[in-house]
Amino acid sequence: MTTPAVSRIALCGDRALLLDCADPPAVADAIRLQVIDGVVEVVPGARTVLVRHDAAADTGRLTRLLAAVAPAERTPDAATTVTIPVRYDGPDLADVAELAGISREAVVALHQASDLEVAFCGFSPGFAYLRGLDPRLHVPRLSTPRTRVPAGSVAVADVWSAVYPRESPGGWRLLGTTTTVLWDERLDPPALLTPGTRVRFVAEAT
Amino acid sequence: MIEVVATGPLALVEDLGRPGLGQYGVGPSGAFDRGALRLANRLVGNPEDSACLEALGGGLELRALAAVVVAVTGASGPLALYADGAPRAGDRRSPVRLEPGDRLSLGQPTAGLRSYVAVRGGLAVSRVFGSASTDTLAGLGPARVSVGDRLPIGSRERQHPHVDHAAERPAGGSLRIVPGPRDDWFAEGALDHLVAATWTVTSASDRIGIRLDGPPILRRDPTRELPSEPMVTGALQVPPDGRPVLLGPDRPTSGGYPVIGVLVDADLDRAAQLRPGDELRFRLR
Repeated sequence: MTTPAVSRIALCGDRALLLDCADPPAVADAIRLQVIDGVVEVVPGARTVLVRHDAAADTGRLTRLLAAVAPAERTPDAATTVTIPVRYDGPDLADVAELAGISREAVVALHQASDLEVAFCGFSPGFAYLRGLDPRLHVPRLSTPRTRVPAGSVAVADVWSAVYPRESPGGWRLLGTTTTVLWDERLDPPALLTPGTRVRFVAEAT
Repeated sequence: MIEVVATGPLALVEDLGRPGLGQYGVGPSGAFDRGALRLANRLVGNPEDSACLEALGGGLELRALAAVVVAVTGASGPLALYADGAPRAGDRRSPVRLEPGDRLSLGQPTAGLRSYVAVRGGLAVSRVFGSASTDTLAGLGPARVSVGDRLPIGSRERQHPHVDHAAERPAGGSLRIVPGPRDDWFAEGALDHLVAATWTVTSASDRIGIRLDGPPILRRDPTRELPSEPMVTGALQVPPDGRPVLLGPDRPTSGGYPVIGVLVDADLDRAAQLRPGDELRFRLR
């Protein structure tokens, strides 16, 4: 017996269900692949997947189908790995090093060595939460968020790393910047980093 | 084209939004009162999802630059029409023909908050991901409507409308809630408290969320952190201060505050018309 991928299913109003699971991007993919009647949207979160359905869907049947979803084993695929060059000159690099009790060089090395994957997008369009960050880089958010964080800022907070796709306010700690474009409304999908995408940060030669 | 003479507190172009992009961090946006937008479009013979103006409160004034048929739905209240500066007849929830130079002005609503102005043919503004809606949180879609804007009119009209007046939506009563998905994060009796209390809409409410004031809803363990999870429109999110926020169409796609209950879909349109100072009650579905 294997443990079920979905550990709990709760109603989220009368048009959605919220699934608790350990691997949201994989569960979300598996649900999409199954093409279930009445499902209109599948959105992964940090530990959950939201399944929105239409008014006609039978939630009893839907719940049974979703409870049985079994994501396929995934192996890292070079084709879905995005490499992002970073200039590690962020204003919070020194603070992160101090919080972690390591040198700035070690912060930069650990950030590049982290095997990251997009767990989900949120906060703002194209903002991808990257999981797999080395635990030594798990640092709290700034106590006072910045009112303006430039697009392309590479940041860490809590267990996550991320790149700000557009200029916005923000409370994450900034390690550096990239010139890679993460958000383009003309493209489909508009976000470079979508759930399940693997990410590698590489220091730009200076 | 139709010219904007005055906007009132906020006028936006909205249609039925861009649902389905949550996985990219893009929220649905679109008309807050979807039923009113659909009705306005039906009254002028447009497809139901055509782009309209969503006007907050009163004060929006439009001038026709060519002959157009318009309809105003949503909030109730006075509607003033002028031809050559002289008042002329016309009602809300009815198609109204404007000749070039005629003006239409929305008075302060007597009930409700958001009015929808449909123009026969639809507003022909640029679309982002297939929608002309302005998302005020994400900054997607057209800029907010400004005085002097000349809004182009499309050619989406179909048959001439067969309806000349639509009935007013019956007034509210309590809003229905489905408990959860995180009702177990709250103290014993929190759901009873939610439905027993009278909540007041605060002035900090907008299309992102309707902020409610009332006796705080207590968490079981105030120090426990919820990993960020996907949100839906109509979710009653409870921040640490215990005062729920009812999420609107420009909501973020995810959030870290537990949701005690979610409004049933059919009651969202009524929520869209709540005004600051209004009192409301919830009941469990």
